[in-house]
Amino acid sequence: MSRAIGRLVLRRTGFAVPVLVVVAFGVFVLAAASPFDPVHQYYGVELFGTSAADVAQVRARLGLDEPVLVQFWHWATGVFGGDLGVSRSFRQPVAQVVAQRLPWTLLLTATGLALAVVIALMLGTVAAWRQGGWIDRFVTAIGHALEGVPPFVLALLSIAVFSLGLGWLPVAGLTDAGAPVSFGQVAEHLALPALVLGISQSPWLVLHVRQSMLTSLSEDHVIGARARGLAESAVVLRHALPTALLPFVTLIGARVPELVTGAVLVEEVFSWPGLAAAVVTAATAVDYPLLAILTLVATAAVLIGSLFADIAAIVLDPRVATDG
Amino acid sequence: MLKRRALFVAVPVALGLLGAGCAAPSAPGTGDPRSMLLADGYEPESLNPLLGYGVEGAAKFYDGLLAFDGQSALRPALAGEAPQSTPDAKTWTVKLRDGVRFHDGTPFDAEDVVATYQAAINPAYASTVSSDFDMLADVRSLDPHTVRFDLKIPYAAWPSKLMLGIMPNEQLAEPKSQESSPPNTKPVGTGPYKLVEWRQGDQMTWEANPGYWAGAPAVGKVTVVFAKDDNTRAQRLVSGEFDGTVLPPVLAESVGRDGYRTVHHRTADFRSIALPNRHPVAGDRAVRLALNLAVNREGMIQALLGGHGKPAYAPIPESMGANFEPTARFDFDPERAKKLLDEAGWRVGGDGIRERGGVRAQFTVMYFADDSLRKDLARAFASDAKAVGIQVELAGVDRSAVPDRLATDGIVLGGGNPIDPDPQVYTSLHSSVIGTGTYNNPGQYRNAEVDAALDGGRQEVDQAKRAEFYKQAQRAYVADPGLVYLAFIDHSYVMRDGKWSGYQPPVEPHVHGTTWGPWWNVEAWKPQA
Repeated sequence: MSRAIGRLVLRRTGFAVPVLVVVAFGVFVLAAASPFDPVHQYYGVELFGTSAADVAQVRARLGLDEPVLVQFWHWATGVFGGDLGVSRSFRQPVAQVVAQRLPWTLLLTATGLALAVVIALMLGTVAAWRQGGWIDRFVTAIGHALEGVPPFVLALLSIAVFSLGLGWLPVAGLTDAGAPVSFGQVAEHLALPALVLGISQSPWLVLHVRQSMLTSLSEDHVIGARARGLAESAVVLRHALPTALLPFVTLIGARVPELVTGAVLVEEVFSWPGLAAAVVTAATAVDYPLLAILTLVATAAVLIGSLFADIAAIVLDPRVATDG
Repeated sequence: MLKRRALFVAVPVALGLLGAGCAAPSAPGTGDPRSMLLADGYEPESLNPLLGYGVEGAAKFYDGLLAFDGQSALRPALAGEAPQSTPDAKTWTVKLRDGVRFHDGTPFDAEDVVATYQAAINPAYASTVSSDFDMLADVRSLDPHTVRFDLKIPYAAWPSKLMLGIMPNEQLAEPKSQESSPPNTKPVGTGPYKLVEWRQGDQMTWEANPGYWAGAPAVGKVTVVFAKDDNTRAQRLVSGEFDGTVLPPVLAESVGRDGYRTVHHRTADFRSIALPNRHPVAGDRAVRLALNLAVNREGMIQALLGGHGKPAYAPIPESMGANFEPTARFDFDPERAKKLLDEAGWRVGGDGIRERGGVRAQFTVMYFADDSLRKDLARAFASDAKAVGIQVELAGVDRSAVPDRLATDGIVLGGGNPIDPDPQVYTSLHSSVIGTGTYNNPGQYRNAEVDAALDGGRQEVDQAKRAEFYKQAQRAYVADPGLVYLAFIDHSYVMRDGKWSGYQPPVEPHVHGTTWGPWWNVEAWKPQA
């Protein structure tokens, strides 16, 4: 089994490299075709009083007039040499931006995803087990309703209820204003954004778990287990759930792109200083170097997500053929 | 099987993490008066003066040679005394303050001033403020405590250019672009505060500079939290978290209670509609005059700014005192506007829109789509214009779309600086700046009388005589307006009451945020006994 996983990882990695190169190049081409002008970002409001001659000089100085292929080549050779380049919108090296922000985004998305999984497994299982009962009707109704609610609406609602209404949780930021970064502070500030991210991702997962549980509950081996007089908890958790888990795990991998999008919106609303919040800035600033790296990080997350899902599927069920 | 169990173990741990510290948030803003907590909607992109940080003064980490006194005058900061000029206003000598040190302990002297100003005008540094110093030919040190500026032209407004934050020359030794230079995120200046930490996108903490030349600030720690969304900031302020923030006027009024007060500061921050002067309709003299009579400025200020603004007729605000010409104004008189248009041959057509010689009285006005106030002003302008038979189409645009359209379309503009009339008026109205930059006289207004008055103001060092030139410019402008100035908008803030003394309402430039507003002079505030 481990050899199969090794082969899978190797094959996927071989496939990932060209994908990442194409994606990075795509970013440069798209950014070049966009109507945004990077020199505007470099200037910001200072542009209003600036003469055309001075702008032209700065353009030349920053190498913005070079063809997109040349800029891409500079960037790519830099990246392979370990230099990620300079972020114009953050006015510092890209490596510094990523190092400062990536950990916070990983923390947020990992916690959010873990929450979504827990919610999905619990509610989905209970709903399927008591199909047609009030819990099932309630969960299904809420699930379908939430599918259509964008994460930022959920975020604003939760701020209104939990922070302003009840005063339980802080509103935004990484710590209380002025407080140093500490475990307690960050945990407290992470709660609401992670919860919102988790809940916004959970409807599909919940409904999916419920559906596959219903299927597996009606399968022969589960019905057989029931007939042998096993305890109800054992029937559901030991016999029905493992069968239902398999498609669920692959679905989690497939949710990674949604998770990335959700993270952008949630970070924005909660002033969470992560990498996702920097995407918008980098995009509107046509900050090629940063935008390319951010896109690569997101692409890598998607690829890794689907790889993990497949590995998990092999682990959980040896009958699954690798890439077969 | 084992692996699956690991998954179930990991989850409660994650939940436990969330449970940690689910206590009610404390309100740190009510505590120690030596620290202050502010919220800003706008985060600086860099902290580098060469990239425009603190270019209007109040830069906190930096001092300029001169500083704004909050009303209309400049006072010496790193300069020991007022700058001296030759009678032709072409050469300026500045004596420097003695014994000042940068945050890193290096002494401040003439070399630092020379290096900073050289970097501002040397293209190698790719400074974004270079155009502000176009008139500077050379700067040199005469001795360690004296610098001399040689200008290309006589320029009486030069003191207003001495607000630029002075950087240590060690940081500028290498002539390279500022796109990722250390001062962008780690400023070293002589200012009243040092930067402790800047978590970009989240918050910034300043600490009092104990060796500040004007005395260490009593408010020893200032934290600025960044939250773009106005409503989020208002909500957090209501929960008692902040000592102050910046908000739109109506929202500010609604939250300024229970220990908070709302303040509205006068500004030189205008909003105007620039008209393309070569357009067959918008460039017509009668149409431009009629539009100035047709817009209900007071109505716009009441409806859109909650009454917090002053009508603007020309680019110089009342707050500029001696430079302001009170007779240069337009009445709100739509009937007279209609009469003017009739006399000029613009006849009302079947659909209520005027025509002349087959040309329909119609043109487009752009506004930056991300600025809701400008959008509202553009709409109000269009409806007032329609009332006198002129059709204004609106176009919300991105900044990059503007340059190509300025020759044919109007645009809502904003800007302003209370320190000197020249920087604001010359680039807005003088015909010589046409074509030198996107937003320099974008409507291509040409008026020989205005040009002459503005040139006179540049060359006259005597303040009283200089003011007369600007009054003349305003009178000449309103006789033949090239734009429609609408309002000088107030800037509104909410601040905690009764914790500090030292608040002095300033007259503000276009920029606003927590470095300005009530906190422009926070280094002079004292805890209230």
